[in-house]
Amino acid sequence: MTGTVLAQGADIQTPHIEYGQIAPILVVLGVAVVGVLVEAFVGRRQRYAVQVPLAFAGLVAAFGWTLWLGFHEKPWHVAAEGALGVDGPTLFIQGTILILAVLALLLIAERRSPAFTAQASALPGSEAEQETAAAGHVQTEVFPLLLFAVGGMVMFPAAADLLTMFVALEVMSLPLYLLCGLARRRRLLSQEAAVKYFLLGAFSSAFFLYGTALLYGYAGSVRLSAIYQALGRDVGSETLLLGGVALLSVGLLFKLGAVPFHMWKPDVYQGAPTPITALMASCVVVAAAGGLLRVYYVALANLKWDWRPAMWAVAIITMVAGAVIAITQTDIKRMLAYSSIAHAGFILTGIVATSPDGLSGTLFYLAAYGFASIGAFAVITMVRDTGGEAGHLSRWAGLGRRSPVTASVFAFFLLAFAGIPLTSGFTGKFAVFKAAVESGATPLVIVGVVASAVAAFFYVRVIVVMFFSEPEADGPTVVVAPATAAAVALGLAATVVLGVLPQPVLDMAGHAASQMFVR
Amino acid sequence: MSPGHYLALSAILFTIGALGVLVRRNAIVVFMCVELMLNAANLAFVSFARMHGNLDGQIIAFFVMVVAAAEVVVGLAILMTIFRTRKSASVDDANLLKY
Repeated sequence: MTGTVLAQGADIQTPHIEYGQIAPILVVLGVAVVGVLVEAFVGRRQRYAVQVPLAFAGLVAAFGWTLWLGFHEKPWHVAAEGALGVDGPTLFIQGTILILAVLALLLIAERRSPAFTAQASALPGSEAEQETAAAGHVQTEVFPLLLFAVGGMVMFPAAADLLTMFVALEVMSLPLYLLCGLARRRRLLSQEAAVKYFLLGAFSSAFFLYGTALLYGYAGSVRLSAIYQALGRDVGSETLLLGGVALLSVGLLFKLGAVPFHMWKPDVYQGAPTPITALMASCVVVAAAGGLLRVYYVALANLKWDWRPAMWAVAIITMVAGAVIAITQTDIKRMLAYSSIAHAGFILTGIVATSPDGLSGTLFYLAAYGFASIGAFAVITMVRDTGGEAGHLSRWAGLGRRSPVTASVFAFFLLAFAGIPLTSGFTGKFAVFKAAVESGATPLVIVGVVASAVAAFFYVRVIVVMFFSEPEADGPTVVVAPATAAAVALGLAATVVLGVLPQPVLDMAGHAASQMFVR
Repeated sequence: MSPGHYLALSAILFTIGALGVLVRRNAIVVFMCVELMLNAANLAFVSFARMHGNLDGQIIAFFVMVVAAAEVVVGLAILMTIFRTRKSASVDDANLLKY
């Protein structure tokens, strides 16, 4: 066999790569590589001043290029020899990831109240740690790591074959594992979060890979379009197919944080530095949902009647478990982690719809949820104690009296999560629930509405604690640092605009989704 | 030996790896079990490549090896850091984050 393939070697064609259409991915990864070189060749004092503008320039350039592709070129085909699909939904998801990454970068680049350790290798509590902190060192490696992670994220929903998707998954995850362990305060928690995220993440990618292997055995190719065609011909072993789909789904649902693959989420969200939590709660969720959409809408469209019941079950337990467990939480980041699990369930409701409406609703929901969660986590970094961020909910008592603006902004983000009208959350929930009802998933929507009501309880509880309880004498102070404030303002503006005037973005999502994904 | 036997072996290796991740306590051993699962996937890829008569599976196996190597680098760095802090590589000892 090998011999015959090699004998044909003479007429191997040079691969044709459409550089213009996959440029956003290349720009982000290219700037990440330049960032690594900066780490190697620029002096320690100048690195921060070089890395931050570089990272901003890379993300903004990639975002601009994505917009240009989306509005002028309108590509709808599989680029790079079948490795990357460039189409409306993908460009919308990539644009969302890139703009959210710019907001996360604002939080990460904050110098007034740094979230990252001065030297990750210095032992917590050691003299070396105090020396490096006193010397004002900053671990500027976070910027290239962030860009590699974002590069993986923009590649993940575009991947048109499962191998590219696996590589993108790892390029996205490996830097995140490291970033989770770099917190400046509470370093034991941070390192523990990194270990847990790493071991469970590696475990889930092994499932993803074995699922890929089984689907390769079924279809003879890992291309999503080839799996789709094999399903149409109905050849091959059904055992391989269903086993492969199940294992692949484990890997994908883990990244999204759907129950029962959610166990990492509260621990990692709580332990990671808050800017990284913001990045994970927005960009990673968007990327994971994008990957899920592509696999299920492109490769497994003909298998709809087999995967939809399972997805129904996962969506229902995700919404219910996320909302119910969040009620008992006392740590604010942990509570938002469970809220993020509940939101993963709402996103799955849109995915279950399998229609252009469901797709556009999901796209809008992802953008709306991403902006609100970055804003909420940005506010959390501002409310500080002597030992760093005030994590425990009781410390937030009376914040509304001490600094009404911060508390009101946070309350607004919580109302957006709850889906109160005139916030982006309402429009997003309405879009996915409407699409789900139209596709015949009414019971799912009823569960979703009940879960939203349960979730509204714990959001409102935080608001009550902030505005209607007496402030403690030694309560936390609000540190308004410029870059963080900018991120909060942008998140707030997006949440208001998507709530009050959602039509332009809804149109954009609808337009992007009208042709669905390219095969 | 037919490729089917290799597939059975790959499934057995994958199961041993998955069980190992669930029952072992030492983080390094847990990680080795994950690597075993990746290698099981590689064996499956190569066997399927043989059965389908195309080279895709063999090429994928190379990609997986590179990714696994990158994962080792990142993973051992994280495990080393927490071991230096805690003087323990047991996953049961890392229990500050809960409920």
